[in-house]
Amino acid sequence: MRDPRPGSITDGTVPTGRPVDGVRNPGQPLDLDWALATRVNRSAVERRAASLAPRRAIKGLAQTAWLLKAIGLLDLTTLAGDDTAGRVGRLCGKARQPIRPDLLEALGAGDIAPRVAAVCVYSAQVPTVVRVLAGSGIGVCAVSTGFPAGQLPLGLRLDQVRAAVEAGATEIDIVIHRPLALTGRWQQLYDEVAACKAACGPASMKTILATGELASLTQVAAASRVCLQAGSDFIKTSTGKERVNATLPVGLVMLRALRDYEARSGVACGFKPAGGIATAKDALAWLRLVREELGPERVHPGSLRLGASSVLADIERQLEHRATGRYSSYRRHPLG
Amino acid sequence: MSSLDEAFESLDYAPAPESDAAARAWIAASGPDFDHWVDGRRMPPAAGERLEVFNPADGQPLARVAQGDAADVDAAVAAARAALPAWRALPGAARARHLYALARIVQRNARLLATLESLDNGKPIRESRDIDVPLVARHFYHHAGWAQLAETELAGREPRGVCAQVIPWNFPLLMLAWKLAPALACGNTVVLKPAEHTPLGALLLAELAAEAGLPPGVFNLVTGDGRSGALLAEHPDVDKLAFTGSTEVGRQLRRATAGSGKGLTLELGGKSPFLIFEDADLDSAVEGLVDAIWLNQGEVCCAGSRLLVQESVAETLHAKLKARMGRLRVGPPLDKAVDIGAIVAPVQLARIRELCAIGEAEGAQRWQPAMALPEQGWFFPPTLFTEVAPASIIAREEIFGPVLVSMTFRSPAEAIALANDTRYGLAASVWSQDLDTALEVARRIRAGTVWVNCTNQFDAAAGFGGYQESGFGREGGREGLEAYLRPVVGPAVEDGAGPDAAGGGSDLAAGDRGIARSVDGTVELDQRGPTAAVPASPNAATPDLAAPLPPVDRTAKLYIGGRQRRPDGGYSRRVLAPDGRLLGQVGEGNRKDLRDAVEAARAASAWSTWSGHARAQVLYYLGENLAARRHDLAARIAEGLGCAPVAAAAELEAGVDACFTWAAWADKWDGAVHDTPLRALVLALNEPLGVVGLACPDASPLAALLGLAGPLLATGNRVVLLPSEAAPLVATELYQVLDTSDLPAGVLNLITGSRAELAPVLADHDDVDALWLAGDAAFDPALNGDCEARSAGNLKQTWQLPPARDWLARDAAFERERLRRATQVKNLWLPHGV
Repeated sequence: MRDPRPGSITDGTVPTGRPVDGVRNPGQPLDLDWALATRVNRSAVERRAASLAPRRAIKGLAQTAWLLKAIGLLDLTTLAGDDTAGRVGRLCGKARQPIRPDLLEALGAGDIAPRVAAVCVYSAQVPTVVRVLAGSGIGVCAVSTGFPAGQLPLGLRLDQVRAAVEAGATEIDIVIHRPLALTGRWQQLYDEVAACKAACGPASMKTILATGELASLTQVAAASRVCLQAGSDFIKTSTGKERVNATLPVGLVMLRALRDYEARSGVACGFKPAGGIATAKDALAWLRLVREELGPERVHPGSLRLGASSVLADIERQLEHRATGRYSSYRRHPLG
Repeated sequence: MSSLDEAFESLDYAPAPESDAAARAWIAASGPDFDHWVDGRRMPPAAGERLEVFNPADGQPLARVAQGDAADVDAAVAAARAALPAWRALPGAARARHLYALARIVQRNARLLATLESLDNGKPIRESRDIDVPLVARHFYHHAGWAQLAETELAGREPRGVCAQVIPWNFPLLMLAWKLAPALACGNTVVLKPAEHTPLGALLLAELAAEAGLPPGVFNLVTGDGRSGALLAEHPDVDKLAFTGSTEVGRQLRRATAGSGKGLTLELGGKSPFLIFEDADLDSAVEGLVDAIWLNQGEVCCAGSRLLVQESVAETLHAKLKARMGRLRVGPPLDKAVDIGAIVAPVQLARIRELCAIGEAEGAQRWQPAMALPEQGWFFPPTLFTEVAPASIIAREEIFGPVLVSMTFRSPAEAIALANDTRYGLAASVWSQDLDTALEVARRIRAGTVWVNCTNQFDAAAGFGGYQESGFGREGGREGLEAYLRPVVGPAVEDGAGPDAAGGGSDLAAGDRGIARSVDGTVELDQRGPTAAVPASPNAATPDLAAPLPPVDRTAKLYIGGRQRRPDGGYSRRVLAPDGRLLGQVGEGNRKDLRDAVEAARAASAWSTWSGHARAQVLYYLGENLAARRHDLAARIAEGLGCAPVAAAAELEAGVDACFTWAAWADKWDGAVHDTPLRALVLALNEPLGVVGLACPDASPLAALLGLAGPLLATGNRVVLLPSEAAPLVATELYQVLDTSDLPAGVLNLITGSRAELAPVLADHDDVDALWLAGDAAFDPALNGDCEARSAGNLKQTWQLPPARDWLARDAAFERERLRRATQVKNLWLPHGV
């Protein structure tokens, strides 16, 4: 069932592999020595994260290109108790047509024709998404395994995964059972994530570490390595429901784990920050981080997704500003 | 494919230039021909000569600045001198407002200053905007605070006067602020000479300072090349010289100012180690290297240019480093997406290329990422040399460019040894996630600043400056103020006018030339002392069996390595009482004896690691044993000085008291924790200088000896001491006291002999870390000057003590001064976070 299409192997340090439509990570046996070898220095990581934006201004034409790129990386998300078929359908409409065509025309971006990477919903809404997005090529992403807390028996969590795939989800975002990381039961974490991967079948699997609930950046690094070895195709920062969501320092640690895993396995897995990405500037910060840490070829929906619900509106406004030279208004862009 | 399509595919950064329009408009308006800035206004160069200033990014001329000649320097120093009385008389609070205004005006003009700095120097706008200029403002703020607190926190100290300041081209504005802010805060006036390549920021700041209301003459600028700097440094009406720049020029300035009595601080070159242990956060260490050696094109005196990586992770680290180097962007300094800008001048670029060629010729492997450099301007790519040995020239010489050399180590001990394998000692960076390793290594590296898991962090509250040949003096923090202050000196003690310390009619407290002739030599001496001449040969005197037995002959040798040793030369010198009677003989020490003494002191390094408590115990015990021998010693003092027994007894008591005083201080001269904006503990540690040469005055042969050796020993130094030349038998009498006081061998060595012959040998000695010249008037000032000039060889610190002093009296300010002089401050940066 799996499509073992690894990213190309490089000299072990400079990832040049360009995953196409989603990497498939076959995983590898758990090597705990390797997984736990990294010690992360928080101050140094924060310094690096803070210096990225001042070191790399994204201006002019680059800003237009990067904003358009960001749209194609979006996992457009609604994860609320009051989600209905109508609400989800409206979001899917926005996913197909994220930017006004006249605006694309004005930007000279007609050939780029952006659409979002996936629509991300609770399992119960998967049928609606599948129906509305049929033929669009947009991914159908379901959060699963007792999202957001993950506090369900493993069997129920695996059942959820299987049900969502059966309903047509092409991508599954699982959450890890946080107590396993917090108490150092890494083997059990590996086993659970590997079991989820098996349950995903053909669907791509993103593993949410819920870093806001982990103890330290060193624990984030260890969890990243364990989950990658267990076959996660993507590692994802947050559910969006923790008190602290995606932050650049956490992202930096996870990207470094991805780089080390690629050097070891040859597989270039993906990264998904989620939670708190509200502005175009936030989105560009993530693109910049991935471009600088992994390379521009990894700023691609096959290896980078942005989990967000509201960021698109700001991206539209900034693009309109790029097109017209005038500051834009939310009112000028259709609701998602 | 449209350009947008291409940009979408490549995700390249578009050019993001900071506009230089405002900076160029200022150059056009105030220049392009600039003058000096003297007495609050422009002053054209007397001879009309000017120098061209270039933009390193394109090699094109930017402006022309005045070339200062002797007349210009005279005028500037005169302006500073004229402004001094009013400025130093201002209440601290008034100076604080001026410094506060400087901080504010820097902030209000931050973008203009940053742009001009990048235009002039070639550094990326990110750095001038985010690092240099904010630190400039911070420095003025911090020192506004010191000015405000001057009357209370700096009580008993006074400004030095007119300060000459010569600064380099790598951080033109920041170095200006580092020098100007503390000088002004302490009440000095300043003549500053910016570097010939980068004078524009200083000229703008001078204009802004005048706008901000700084009184005329307080801050003067003379521009020009090295000739102007030399004229300024050597100007006779300058009280203090502060220099930042190359070790070679620092050495010249040391020689040029020797014997002048000017205060001197030098912040010189470095080849700072960057240590990565196997338990470090390797990815963060790689980013640390980016900040260490690719900040400011590597043109940083404290650049982490010497990578030492544990062999077990070297391969991994080099791979990560090369990948990271491939993502560095070299390009126009004003572009907001550039990491490495332009090299300041063609001469520097040529120097970098030359050293790289030497490295390759030595067999090192050069690696540079494939990248296109701008066609115009002066650029050099980030460069890594591997397969470098400590003996390689590129591992020893400062390259001052974006060039890193890498070596490996096996153990922490080897890492420390390699890190210290340099004549410099400016900074070091230690990367380890293990607290024990990091702290131990940080403490054992000889450097003025050690950053743990970070690098190139600076703040006005923390001192910065070197050990060894990286210079002396600190900039920043309380310790940085020392360079611009001196103790308030009371009226000099005149001959015969000293305090009547012992009530015995002696003026031995005066410590001046009067000793030998001021008191009669008829005092009664303790008969147990060798009051008669030591016979030159056993047969010199005819035995008189009726007379009492003659005293047993004693041979006063030298004291080296805890043993009494015969002088290498085999000669002794006669010691005469003030009345001309022969008191005895002491060894005539020579250069070989000093060599042995320095070796013994160097070997006694454990003393420097003893706890203060342990050192105190030795010093207390010394005092105890001294008291037990008071009779012998007092007799020696009395006969040596020809003074009354009661005066001799008083000096003896002062000596015992000195032992107790310095024992008391041994565990109290602790450091500080600086408050910087970084989430970190910044520890200011008072560390010993190492091996210190000490020439004692003639006066108070015991009290002065202990009053000077005491603080050195208490703070962990090892001492090679030249005792009072006039009364050396007091010192030689101490040997047995030292032997019985548990003082480890080599910690204190005493070499009797000719001061004129011995002091220059200590000044020359490259393994002596500091030299104290405690003269009295009998100590030839020309000899002092000669010793200072000789000290330039290894840039050892020298201290000429004020000539006249009452060694029997306690003096709180002088006590602290001695402790400050006996130690150097290491700032240890410890960021933290989980």
